[in-house]
Amino acid sequence: MKIGVLALHGAVIEHIQTLRSIGVEAVTVRLPEDLDGLSGLILPGGESTTMRKLTARWGLHDPIMAFARSGAPILGTCAGMIIVAKEIAGGEEPVFPLLDVTVRRNAFGRQLDSFETELPMPIVGDRPVHAIFIRAPIIERVGPGVEVLARLPDDRVVAVRQRNVIAIAFHPELAGETRIHHLVATMAAEWSNPGEGTGERRLAGEAM
Amino acid sequence: MTAETSTWATKKGLAQMLKGGVIMDVVTPEHAKIAEDAGACAVMALERVPSDIRAAGGVARMSDPTMIEGIMAVVSIPVMAKARIGHFVEAQVLEAIGVDYIDESEVLTPADEINHIDKHQFKVPFVCGCRNLGEALRRINEGAAMIRTKGEAGTGDIVEAVRHIRTLLAEIRRLQSMREDELFVAAKELDAPYDLVKLVAAEGKLPVVNFVAGGIATPADAALAMQLGAEGVFVGSGIFKSENPSRTAEAIVQATLHFDNPKIIAEVSKGLGAPMRGIAAATVPDADRLAVRGW
Repeated sequence: MKIGVLALHGAVIEHIQTLRSIGVEAVTVRLPEDLDGLSGLILPGGESTTMRKLTARWGLHDPIMAFARSGAPILGTCAGMIIVAKEIAGGEEPVFPLLDVTVRRNAFGRQLDSFETELPMPIVGDRPVHAIFIRAPIIERVGPGVEVLARLPDDRVVAVRQRNVIAIAFHPELAGETRIHHLVATMAAEWSNPGEGTGERRLAGEAM
Repeated sequence: MTAETSTWATKKGLAQMLKGGVIMDVVTPEHAKIAEDAGACAVMALERVPSDIRAAGGVARMSDPTMIEGIMAVVSIPVMAKARIGHFVEAQVLEAIGVDYIDESEVLTPADEINHIDKHQFKVPFVCGCRNLGEALRRINEGAAMIRTKGEAGTGDIVEAVRHIRTLLAEIRRLQSMREDELFVAAKELDAPYDLVKLVAAEGKLPVVNFVAGGIATPADAALAMQLGAEGVFVGSGIFKSENPSRTAEAIVQATLHFDNPKIIAEVSKGLGAPMRGIAAATVPDADRLAVRGW
């Protein structure tokens, strides 16, 4: 099982190292053919404006949408969260409209307002996540079918999941936090081998 | 649960988010939009690009805050600005207007020939130039959260940039080959703090992100810097002194991304028009060399 990291720019190597540290094979994705054989995809932090431009330039838009719609797990962190949102506050066009939320870019202000904190995130366990927020976005509207995974003390939403798509505003890959990558790897394993434990799934009419 | 702002992780982390990207010098809001539209991951706001600073002579200082704010107002990507070496009040001013990163830069006329800015005293992160490992580690010790090799700004000649990134990375490889009991003398020879020398020897890289600057003028120049081991590039005069800034900017972004794919570099290099004319760095008189500023 391999998980890809969109490598147009940004915190790519940090995600790759985090995946490798939990024993998951990780590869970079720069061109559409790099998606072949992947079981999941991470959209890293960086500048969403730059990623929007570069995904269009290299024909990655439709292949990544198709990959996500096939049910493969997608994790977006920071800029990655912005580019999977169906709506971006301020009227920018969405990039990969996968997650029924409205996201606001640079929601805390400029770099001087970047911060780190301990954040409860029950889906990964009782121990809070050490969350580093860098020019981070927040989620302003949560659509039906979207599960909130973490909130700041003032109730602002900073992590969500809708089926196979997880989006978080902070950077586990900078904090030595592996539990979120574990979750994605587990989802990827289930997606790439759904029959495990219950017998192989077969298409109708396929020879036994 | 408390939140802490402007920590080392957030300062260094912003540079980590810029990796693999191109930071472009811009002198007007219009330039800044062109840079953003071309795929720049950040812009450096300044009054004149280095080649014009060279041509104008005189004292080069921090830009007018109005001009920097004008650029901050039109782009959503991070905005950096330059302070003179050692001029901590210029840095205070830049922090007060809320720039995302300060470049304590040899491109401006130094304000202090002995001391650099104590960058630990600031909430805003700093990037600093270096020509070698010792200089990089001295800047990191003073609080720089990002390093760029200097090259020779405003020349459009890549030769000094190549010299500096090769020197830096060769010195790191040399540390990696040493016995631990040899690192004390290595620190002395590098004029660098022992703890940072030990860290670099163990990790095989600087503890902060390292870009290449100073002389990049073409997509192939950018890809050369990346293949040599840069984590991203700064392009100063190379874009807005070229015949077609918007196409040159975009091509340099694509070549930085696909730095190891010669077919793509060839494709994006086609028909860009003339790059900046430039001056051979070897012909720049000693007194006009910018890279030797700072120690």
